[in-house]
Amino acid sequence: MSTFDNPFDPDRNLRAGCVCGQHRSAAEHEQATALHCEPVASEEERYEGVVASAVMRAMFPQDVARRAFLKSVGASTALAALSQFFPIKTATEVFAQAGAPEKKDLKVGFIPITCATPIIMAAPMGFYSKHGLNVEVVKTAGWAVIRDKTINKEYDAAHMLAPMPIAISLGLGANAIPFTVPAIENINGQGITLAMKHKDKRDPKDWKGMKFAIPFDYSMHNYLLRYYLAEHGLDPDTDVQLRSVPPPEMVANLRADNIDGFLAPDNICQRAIYDGVGFMHLLSKEIWDGHPCCSFAASREFITTAPNSFAALTRAIVDATAYASKAENRKQIAEAIAPANYINAPVTVLEQVLTGTYADGLGGVKTDPKRVDFDPFPWQSFAVWMLTQMKRWGQIKGDVDYKAVAEQVYLATDTKKLMTEMGLTPPASAYKSFAVMGKTFDPAKPDDYLASFKIKKAS
Amino acid sequence: MTTPLRLRAGLVSLVLLAAFLGIWHLATRSTAPVTTMSPEYAKLMGLTATQGKSAMPGPLDVGAKLWEHLKRPFYDNGPNDKGLGIQLGYSIARVGAGYLLAVLVAIPLGFLIGMSPLLSKALDPFIQVLKPISPLAWMPLALYTIKDSSVSAIFVIFICSIWPMLLNTVFGVASVRKEWINVARTLEVGTVRRAFTVILPAAAPTILTGMRISIGIAWLVIVAAEMLVGGTGIGYFVWNEWNNLSITNVIIAILLIGIVGMLLDQILARFTRMVTFPE
Repeated sequence: MSTFDNPFDPDRNLRAGCVCGQHRSAAEHEQATALHCEPVASEEERYEGVVASAVMRAMFPQDVARRAFLKSVGASTALAALSQFFPIKTATEVFAQAGAPEKKDLKVGFIPITCATPIIMAAPMGFYSKHGLNVEVVKTAGWAVIRDKTINKEYDAAHMLAPMPIAISLGLGANAIPFTVPAIENINGQGITLAMKHKDKRDPKDWKGMKFAIPFDYSMHNYLLRYYLAEHGLDPDTDVQLRSVPPPEMVANLRADNIDGFLAPDNICQRAIYDGVGFMHLLSKEIWDGHPCCSFAASREFITTAPNSFAALTRAIVDATAYASKAENRKQIAEAIAPANYINAPVTVLEQVLTGTYADGLGGVKTDPKRVDFDPFPWQSFAVWMLTQMKRWGQIKGDVDYKAVAEQVYLATDTKKLMTEMGLTPPASAYKSFAVMGKTFDPAKPDDYLASFKIKKAS
Repeated sequence: MTTPLRLRAGLVSLVLLAAFLGIWHLATRSTAPVTTMSPEYAKLMGLTATQGKSAMPGPLDVGAKLWEHLKRPFYDNGPNDKGLGIQLGYSIARVGAGYLLAVLVAIPLGFLIGMSPLLSKALDPFIQVLKPISPLAWMPLALYTIKDSSVSAIFVIFICSIWPMLLNTVFGVASVRKEWINVARTLEVGTVRRAFTVILPAAAPTILTGMRISIGIAWLVIVAAEMLVGGTGIGYFVWNEWNNLSITNVIIAILLIGIVGMLLDQILARFTRMVTFPE
């Protein structure tokens, strides 16, 4: 169940797989806004709506039971009944308050890709100032630089690839410094793009000897591409060449024929199509629907020295993420983040990524509203999965305490608290099971999962 | 043919420029659309794909864009988008800071080494090892130890401009004519006075040549360093525009980097001429 789903909807499809993932039809999507946790007329109304949602969910944690109850009495009766024994108005006021930030002027680093949408848009669209902060978002040249600048405290917080804070905390490729992820930026939104000359080589089994680019070693892109190749019987370490290339250089390299393709963040994929040098082979969503990609990261030190600033910052990010998760806001966001001060890309490209109606590079127009989506909750099971892949490909040796690391870095508990304060409804548990290319991952049994792969780096 | 050489050279330069621009213009003209596309699809694609427009901009595109930049060189649209004048200002300030530090260290140190054969021999292996290191190789180390990216960039400028100055100072000081020093000695001039009144003027042309080489290297390196560190400066501008695959802006930046580099070199060349003496 997605964080932004409406629990007051008795007909909501309990299984994933509908067109937009939240409702079964466009009409239903529009109808469902009445009691939804969406930004409605005023901020207060929105908080009220979500507090009501939270109460509803707390009373009926089981989707099936809630549905039966709502079907029998109707949504408005249910809300009226709830208000009688739970003071929703008072609760809303309490939730909307927060402590004054210790430090108001903050610097947040980002890499110019659409994954950073919530971090970037929060500046021009006023989400930071709404939460009492004066944030300067600073464009950064690459992942290693953003890591170093955040460690050096030039940035108070930063946009990082989801596995990076885990790697930094474990001391992989850097000194071990405790880092945390209070919010995931985006889910989905990546893709495998191949050079035009490979347009008839769509079966990965024919890809032996090809050269692929990934943005960074500690990236979901690396793990997803390796996973995809391995599922098709290719050993990513011996059968193909994987190169770490900064995203902006990928399109240029593809044009220059230095690489055959890449698994890259958007807008890079769409940019290659826009310039006519590549085509979309596969959206990362088709490998794992709902996979995390980038995260909002801060050092543990920042949390302890400026807890209120951190809370306000996280609140602003979660707020922006919630806004970005609405399909109807996406066009406006694309325009807000396209200028040279932010992503610096043609608006058409960003619009195609964010709205999900895109040219595939082969002459067709495709539509997938969930091509990229935004959901802030830092599922700890995501972290566990990443750790299994780090181990699978030899980035970590020896035993790993999956749960301990995941819980230290992915701050599900704090985020849950903040989301409740903001009137959003976080999920009840920080672990969820999911399927990657049809294979189910059980976060409780990471070692069994790891052992089940045939292709992995011998350790 | 009595036209002065200068005029003729200027004419040849102009013809070469015109030929270059002409060939550039012809080579980047749009060709007819390569394939037919549905209008709906074409709307989502860039000009390169739909109109067969060359990915390389023509001289007219570059000229128009350059004019746009020159009209408002100092605009400031937030931390990641500033006018070219501001970007160049940041780069020149960084080069200036690193370079001045290098002057302060290299020239006194060079004097010391040049005047003492013992130090010269003892320090030689270190200098020989440190000199050929690419300044950018210091970058990760600098970022790690200094923990501040703009200071790191200045450090990289410092480290790259110090060697030519140091070596030229050592060489200049060591090869001051023996007779002049002997004359100074017979007149019982003290060491300090000897250094300032005899050796410094004698070695000045060589030292200035070293400084001129250094400023050239420093300007080369700052662009690369700013591309790595980001934030501000002309190198960051190049990186940011490359990010957007805007070759037009990259070409403009290249042009400006060349012009500023030439100006810096000319300033040092003028100083060199001031201290040169006929023997």
